Amino acid sequence: MNEAAQHVMAVAKREWRAYFDSPVAYVFIIIFLMLAGFFTFSLAQFYEAGQADLSGFFQWHPWLYMILVPAVAMRLWAEERRSGTIELLFTVSVTPLQALLGKFIAAWLFMLLALVLTFTVPFTAIYLGSPDGGTIFSGYLGSGLLAGAYIAAGMFTSALTRNQVISFILAVVIGLFLILAGYPPVTDLLSRWAPMWLVDGVASFSFMPHYEALQRGVIDLRDLAYFASVIVFMLFATQVVLKNKVSR
Amino acid sequence: MIKAQNLIRDFGPRRAVDGVSFEVGKGTVLGFLGPNGAGKTTTIRMVSGFLPPSSGTVFVKGIDVAVDPVSAQKSIGYMPETTPLYEDMTVSGFLKFIAEVRGFSGAERNSRVDRAIERCFLGPVRNQGIDTLSKGYRQRTCLAQTLLHDPDILLLDEPTEGLDPNQKQVVREMIREMASERVVMLSTHVLEEVEAICTRAIIISGGKVVADDTPARLKTRSTKYNAVTLRAEGGGVAETLGKLPAVEKVQVLEDGRVVVFPKAGKSIAAEILATAQEKKWTVSDIKVDEGRLDDVFRQITATEDTKKKEAA
Ligand SMILES: Nc1ncnc2c1ncn2[C@@H]1O[C@H](COP(=O)(O)OP(=O)(O)OP(=O)(O)O)[C@@H](O)[C@H]1O
Ligand SMILES: [Mg+2]
Repeated sequence: MNEAAQHVMAVAKREWRAYFDSPVAYVFIIIFLMLAGFFTFSLAQFYEAGQADLSGFFQWHPWLYMILVPAVAMRLWAEERRSGTIELLFTVSVTPLQALLGKFIAAWLFMLLALVLTFTVPFTAIYLGSPDGGTIFSGYLGSGLLAGAYIAAGMFTSALTRNQVISFILAVVIGLFLILAGYPPVTDLLSRWAPMWLVDGVASFSFMPHYEALQRGVIDLRDLAYFASVIVFMLFATQVVLKNKVSR
Repeated sequence: MIKAQNLIRDFGPRRAVDGVSFEVGKGTVLGFLGPNGAGKTTTIRMVSGFLPPSSGTVFVKGIDVAVDPVSAQKSIGYMPETTPLYEDMTVSGFLKFIAEVRGFSGAERNSRVDRAIERCFLGPVRNQGIDTLSKGYRQRTCLAQTLLHDPDILLLDEPTEGLDPNQKQVVREMIREMASERVVMLSTHVLEEVEAICTRAIIISGGKVVADDTPARLKTRSTKYNAVTLRAEGGGVAETLGKLPAVEKVQVLEDGRVVVFPKAGKSIAAEILATAQEKKWTVSDIKVDEGRLDDVFRQITATEDTKKKEAA
């Protein structure tokens, strides 16, 4: 294994353990599953709708992630900076890029694990009817990518500050913007007074159109590229912040 | 192995390090001294590659640390002043993590961790959570972390701060033993430590190097260096000694003893003894001062402070 990959792995392993060595992981997973179930079964009236369709399940994920992912991501850098361990991390031959990739991978995998644990929902759908397997897959794919994008954004705000609360709030605001920028009620409102190109421009930042396409079972390379570019951009921004602010 | 050239570091309007230069080679234990806020930690951070200098360069084994910190850090073991540790890990878990990041895996990793645990006497706490360690054990854990990859250069920011006397001794032994093949640069406020282990001492004050010498030679800068303290019975001891050509001044202590300060660079013990014999004094106690690092430290850094006051 080459050296850079080894550094990334070591950091990822540490972060992964840090989740599970504390109650954070368990509390988070339980709350996530409970909320996901609550939204799906009571708000979206999964049973009553009578259709074996998972849109009632996936449609809530952007909102759930908006609140929960920042809670997973907020400590990633803020804690390192508060406790001073960043001084250790950045003097043992690890580059900021390697460290942030390691942390990103750990946090993303953690979210994916939580997501995988919702498997009972599609199983229920299969039990109730015969949903389209491809749609379930692309729905999960979209949700996984969405989680990655939120993690990357949360990691960016975490690098900005030593304070986890501030990091959390900033991440929620970014998440809210990325949801609402393309949310039809908001774009409709915006289009009443703003020129169309501006509305479209703002909307093109949004998760929603890309996420919804995947929910419908349409796997378009452009949507995948959108999520990838949000992630890469946020990771890059994090790296810039780290390089300029490590020295407190 | 370390070469610092005209290091400057500004924090906003404040200049924390102001043109520090030094060069250290293998086998040196360099003690970094100075009052609080002098810029010791800031300088060490720049050498470690954590903090980029505002200007100036540090070379570690010929590598410019600001340009390629990762390569430079391969030869450096660094213990920060605040002994930061991952609170959520155990001692051995933490050391394993650092060993992995340092590029070791499997059995190699484990044996290095075991060795570091042994060297820093961490056996009793190896499976304890770091958040429950006492200060001294935190200190040692952080020290152990610096040894994992057998670095050629150790940067230790106040390594014995908070250790009990036994452990202080152990750590000093360890530093001395390791230094033969390496460079150790440490900062400390304990001057006896400097005398005990450092082969060279740099005193900085207000971000500037104000003295750079061996501890032994630094001591000779003390005004008390070679001063003679004696208890003698006879007539006019103080006056007679005050008239000797090599004597700067004479001071009579409350208990009747007389302290004779030599002019700079002069040694006066023999002369005093000869005078005492000639005058038939009964000398009951005589001692030649070797000079104390404390005094030199105070002399040098206090003058800096007063200079600053005058400037303000
Ligand atoms: N990140 C920072 N931001 C602003 N000022 C800083 C920062 N780090 C250090 N300083 C200032 O730089 C000066 C030198 O600090 P430094 O920590 O190097 O001192 P020191 O010699 O290690 O002191 P001590 O003996 O107390 O450890 C101090 O005036 C300090 O307040
Ligand atoms: Mg300091």
